Amino acid sequence: MDMLTISDLWVSIDGQEVLKGINLQVPQGETHILFGRNGSGKSTLLMTIMGFERYRVERGSIHFRGQEITHLPTYERARLGLGIAFQRPPTIRGVKTRDIFRACSGGRLDYQALAAAYDFTPFLDREINHGFSGGEIKRSELLQLLAQDPRMVLLDEPESGVDLENLDVVGDIIGKLLQKDRRRGNRENSGLIITHTGFILDYVNADTGYIMLNGHLLCSGNPREILEHIKKFGYVECEKCGK
Amino acid sequence: MREIKVRAEKSQEKKAALGHDLDLQAFSRQGGAWDYDSDYRRFDPEERRHLLKAGIELTDEEHAGTFLQADARVVHCQANQKGVEVLPITEALARHPEISDQLWRLVAVDADKYTAHTELALDNGYFIRALPGAQVTAPVEACLYIRSEGFSQHVHNLVIVEPGASLHIITGCTTHPGVRSGLHIGVSEFYVRRGGTLTFTMIHNWAEEVHVRPRTGVLVEEGGRYISNYVLLRPVKTVQMYPTVTLAGEDAVTRLQSIFIAHPGCELDVGGRVILKARRTRAEVIARSLSTGGRCISRGHLVGEVPEVKAHLECRGLILSPRGVIYAVPELEGQAAGVDMSHEAAVGRIAQEEIEYLMARGLDEEEAVSTIVRGFLSVKIEGLPPALEEELDRAIQESGKGL
Repeated sequence: MDMLTISDLWVSIDGQEVLKGINLQVPQGETHILFGRNGSGKSTLLMTIMGFERYRVERGSIHFRGQEITHLPTYERARLGLGIAFQRPPTIRGVKTRDIFRACSGGRLDYQALAAAYDFTPFLDREINHGFSGGEIKRSELLQLLAQDPRMVLLDEPESGVDLENLDVVGDIIGKLLQKDRRRGNRENSGLIITHTGFILDYVNADTGYIMLNGHLLCSGNPREILEHIKKFGYVECEKCGK
Repeated sequence: MREIKVRAEKSQEKKAALGHDLDLQAFSRQGGAWDYDSDYRRFDPEERRHLLKAGIELTDEEHAGTFLQADARVVHCQANQKGVEVLPITEALARHPEISDQLWRLVAVDADKYTAHTELALDNGYFIRALPGAQVTAPVEACLYIRSEGFSQHVHNLVIVEPGASLHIITGCTTHPGVRSGLHIGVSEFYVRRGGTLTFTMIHNWAEEVHVRPRTGVLVEEGGRYISNYVLLRPVKTVQMYPTVTLAGEDAVTRLQSIFIAHPGCELDVGGRVILKARRTRAEVIARSLSTGGRCISRGHLVGEVPEVKAHLECRGLILSPRGVIYAVPELEGQAAGVDMSHEAAVGRIAQEEIEYLMARGLDEEEAVSTIVRGFLSVKIEGLPPALEEELDRAIQESGKGL
C-alpha cells in the first residue's frame, strides 16, 4: 500500500508558481530522498504535504494512508500520522520545550524518559528553541518526532548546522524513526528526506531518490547513484537531460 | 495634619495626570452595614468562589494574617503569627499615633482628586507591619471588596517591613458577583526598611463597569528588596495606576512584574516607575499586556540618579483582536554617568509560523493559540498558595480561548 500518493500537484507561494505537476508515490516502509538545488521546490513540497497556509495548492491531490488530505488542516494531518522536523523552527517565548514534548506525545508515551535517554532533560524547562544551537534545534526537532511517533516523517536537511559530534546522534534518531533495525518488508514507517550531503544515507535504508529541478521531479533511481552523479557533474547534466 | 487637610481640600477637583477623568459624584458613598465576621460564616458558596478568583481564600489557616474590608467596613482582621501586626488603618492610627508621620510621604495627598478624597472621605484600609527580623513565611492576605452596587471605596494602606524582616502580602481586590459598577481608590504606602524584603502580589478581579485608581509609593532602604506582582485577567472598565518605587539605600533591589488583559471596552493604563537614588541599586520592570479588543497603555520609567545603578525595562504586548490597541511607553532617564539602563519593547500579534509549528505537533488552532498565550503570560510568581496558582492558570487558559 502507498503511504503517500501525490498526483499532478501544482503549488504557488504568494502568487508565484513553485511546484509544477509533481507525481510521487512513497510506499509503506520506504524512505525516499529528494536532491536538488536551493530554490528548486524541495522544501515547498514538504511544507505543502504538511498543509501550511502559505503553500497554496492550485491543482492536484495528496493522499495519505488512503485518505485525501489535500485541504485538511495541519493538525489533522499530524493526527493522521504525518510528522515534520523543521529546519528553522520559531522561538516561542514563555512556552517551555516540555509543553511541546507533552503535546507531541499526547500522553501516549513517556517523553521525559525519551529526553533523558538523549541527554535532553535540561532543555525541557527552557523556552522552546530560545538560544538553542543548530545541533540542539535538530535534536529537539527529532526527539519531538520520536515522541509523536508518526507513520511518515518529513525531514528537511537534517544534517544542516549539526557539528560532527552530534551527527551520529541525529543519524541514530532518524534511524529509529524509520525503523532501520527492521528488515525490509517489516518496516511500517516511511520517510521523505531532503539532503544536500547524502550523510543521511548512512543512517537509513533509502529506497529511491529524485532530483527536483524548477518545480519538477526528475530522474527517480538509486539514491546513492544519483548522489554520485551530482557529486561528479552537479545539476548541469540534469538540466540538459530534463527527464 | 492640618496642612494635609488643606492641601487635600484644594485638590478635590484636580484631574489626574493620566487616565480617563471620573466624576466622583456619580458613585455612591452608601456602603453596606456589614457585621464583623470572625469565621467567614456570612459568605455564601458563590461569593466564596468569586473571591477565590481574586486570590482570596476565606480562611485564617496558612495565612500569617488576614484583612477583609467590604465597602467601608472591616469585616475580618487578625494576625495569626508572632512578629506580624495587621490592623485597620483607623485603629492603627489610634493605637500608634506616631505612624501618622508615615502617611502621605510616598504619595502626595494633592496628587489628584482621588488622593484628596481618600484623605477627606476615608473608609479604612490596612496597616500591616513585620517587626524587626521577623521572617513571615506564610502570606498575609488582604481583601478589598466592593459589595454594594455603585460604591466608591476609599482606602489608605500602610505597610512597614522593619529592618531584616520579610513579608509576603497577597491583596485581592474584587466586587460581589452581583455588583457591576463602582470605583476603587487605593492609596498605598510601603516602607521596606534596611535589609527587609516585601513581596506584594496584587490580583484584580473587577466587574465590567468598575473604575480603579490605585496610588502607590514604595520606599526601599539599604539592602532591601521589593518584589511586586500585579495580575489583571478579567474585564474592568478603567484602571489607571503608576506606582513609584524609590530605591533610597545602597544595594536596594526591586522587581515589578505585571500581566494584564484588556478585554473589549476596557481601558488600562498601567505602569511602573523606579527611581534609583543610591549606588548599586538594581531594578527590573516587566510588563506583559494582552488585548482581546480593549485599549492598553503599558508604561515604564526608570530614573538613574547616581552612577553604578543597573536597571532593565521590558514591555511586551500581544494584540489578539483587530480592534485591540496596545501603546507601550518605555522611558529611560539617566542623570549621571555610569548608569546602566536598558529597555526592550515589542508589540505584535501571534506569528502564523508559531501557530503552525504547534499544529504540526497535533494541536488544533485554538489549543495552539492558548498555548502561546499561556507562554506569553507566564511570569513566574513565587510563593503563591497552590489554589491561587491553579486559579491563575485557569484564568490564563480561558483568556486564550475563543480568539
